[in-house]
Amino acid sequence: MNSDIAVAIAVSAIAYGTPLVLAGLGELLAERSGVLNLGVEGMMLMGAVTAFFTSQVMHGPGWAVLIVAVIAAGAAGAALALIHAFLSITIRVNQIVSGLALTIFAGVIGLSSYAGQVWNIGGQHGVHQLNKMDLFGLSGLPVVGPILFDQDAFVYLSWVLVVLVAYYLYRTRIGLYLRAVGESPRSADAMGINVTAYRYTHTVIGGFLAGLGGAYFTLAIAPIWTDGLTAGAGWIAIALVIFAFWRPDLLVVGAYLFGALSSLGFTLQANGVRLPAEFFSALPYLMTIVVLAGASTTLAKRRIGTPAALGVPYVREEA
Amino acid sequence: MIAVERNFDTPRWQRIALPIVSLVIAAFIAALVLAASGHDPIATYRQIYAASFTSTGALTATFVYATPLLFTGLCVAIAFRMQVWNIGGEGQLYMGAIGASGVGLALGGWPQPLLIVMMMLGGVLAGTIWALLPGLLRAYLRANEILTSLMLNYVAGLFMYYLIYDSTSYWRDLTSPTALVFPQGKDLLPNASWPGIPIGSFTLPFGFVAGAGLAVLLLALIRFTRVGFEMRVMGDSPAAANYAGMRTKRMIVAVMALSGALAGLGGASQIGDFSHVLDPRGLQQAQYGYTGIVVAALAQYNPLAVVIVSILIGALINAGFALQGPSFPPGLVGTMEGIILFSVLGGEFLGRYRIRIGRALQQTPAVGDASGSLSVDS
Repeated sequence: MNSDIAVAIAVSAIAYGTPLVLAGLGELLAERSGVLNLGVEGMMLMGAVTAFFTSQVMHGPGWAVLIVAVIAAGAAGAALALIHAFLSITIRVNQIVSGLALTIFAGVIGLSSYAGQVWNIGGQHGVHQLNKMDLFGLSGLPVVGPILFDQDAFVYLSWVLVVLVAYYLYRTRIGLYLRAVGESPRSADAMGINVTAYRYTHTVIGGFLAGLGGAYFTLAIAPIWTDGLTAGAGWIAIALVIFAFWRPDLLVVGAYLFGALSSLGFTLQANGVRLPAEFFSALPYLMTIVVLAGASTTLAKRRIGTPAALGVPYVREEA
Repeated sequence: MIAVERNFDTPRWQRIALPIVSLVIAAFIAALVLAASGHDPIATYRQIYAASFTSTGALTATFVYATPLLFTGLCVAIAFRMQVWNIGGEGQLYMGAIGASGVGLALGGWPQPLLIVMMMLGGVLAGTIWALLPGLLRAYLRANEILTSLMLNYVAGLFMYYLIYDSTSYWRDLTSPTALVFPQGKDLLPNASWPGIPIGSFTLPFGFVAGAGLAVLLLALIRFTRVGFEMRVMGDSPAAANYAGMRTKRMIVAVMALSGALAGLGGASQIGDFSHVLDPRGLQQAQYGYTGIVVAALAQYNPLAVVIVSILIGALINAGFALQGPSFPPGLVGTMEGIILFSVLGGEFLGRYRIRIGRALQQTPAVGDASGSLSVDS
């Protein structure tokens, strides 16, 4: 393989991996607080449809429209996450069923599709899209230029967020408290940490980031809205959190690996490899299963990663 | 002060009342969504009722959607009750349809009763195999079955597309000139159609009767057999089942296989009862597998209740397709299903907890409270 193809694969890996990084980081924060949110797919779809609608109807300079669209997408995801937070934290229902409810509510045949109909944006072509930014004028450099210095603002934002989340988790006091809440809410509570507030905050931030991940689909990957366009990216993001052993640094690696897999079909077919298109489309899903099986046995053997209180509601009176 | 206290026993009347209350609350919330998006809720509900119940034609149409939901509802009910999270009903249904249509095409000349049994077996086998994969991965490698079973839904959907649209497979019609331009599946012979049961001008699908019979059997299995008892223990407390020496790994695999078999049978019913051809788009449009989660939750994971609830949700989906248009956009069905599920979850909470407003019960003395149990009257 010559270096042109390698660079092309790397560039598309970043494009397809970016929504996974954003949504994955969000899920990672929620799970670190002990809340499993299986509604990522629904939150991403709502983010995607909201961002697209906002960018279509708003007037003004492109950058301003895009900023508002992105914030609106995040808010849509956060609003959905709030439902899950209320159900799973305050009234302590089964988090698995509540998360599934969120995805059914907002998913392919749910609110995201309904909103797309009511707003009448199906079939429209996007007006505003995130453009590549030539950072420091270095995009012309061989190999690293197109990969590191010729991305859109969202990609740079996702890199900043990864560093921020890693710093937050491992180098700040509230990050430490967050991990305590996810590992042992009872001890955290005894220390005077407000378990409920931590869980609410991180679940909602998780929803905001999932909304941003969804927005990347309609604002950068393809300038159109169709029902269910995330095609399972939300679920892959949840799986990525497990592969990454709940660590932001490994999450990025995993996300770009899956980004590369998602785009592998186009790249190989463009280079004359003839295999059914469905095979390439199925690759990311099949790989998720394989990697999940591998990661799970590792987790079980080494006893690392999983926040001990993940999925368990905290009730002070019953603990 | 407001205190939330645990309720340890649920009276029988509550188990029946809660789903009904949940539905009423869901209808109210959905009305708000409808009103907010510029639709008249009362008129919409009237339309749903008219499209699904008022004539025998409407009722027949409702059962077209109720039948697959009965199977996927049972698939979810049996798995979730045992804390095995099979979200793969969607893909297991597709595989069941592929299996049953393959058998139906291959054995087209067989006598009808035998052919029907073989088609059912084909669906069951395909669904079971598709569910065994995540089941085995969960039991022996501890891979999260929610994600693996869900990923296989996408794989099964793509496989079905490949068979009909992107290959010259056994399932694809390659003879007629239109089929070469617009790919479609091979039609099954007439004797592969499952006989409906006519009641006046209404036809009860064969699959629905079979599914209802299975629901009774499943209830008996859970209530009256040793395996059922072990399953219930595992559902209530996997740790307790483990300590009691039950083989939980095997049980997970068995529950997963049973769950997949039910969804697979639903796929077979799609071929035998309704479409008589492998039609990927038709199978995918209603999301029967995911909707099964709504059905099972509303039925409180009770197989018999699934029979009734499948008709209700079937009516909603039928209305969704019958009324599809500007006044009833497609996304409305899923939105309502989600709201129903939220309400059911909220209702479960009301059943499990009491909310006490006012003074909390003085069960344990507060710190420094000398009048509590520490003071001994002499």
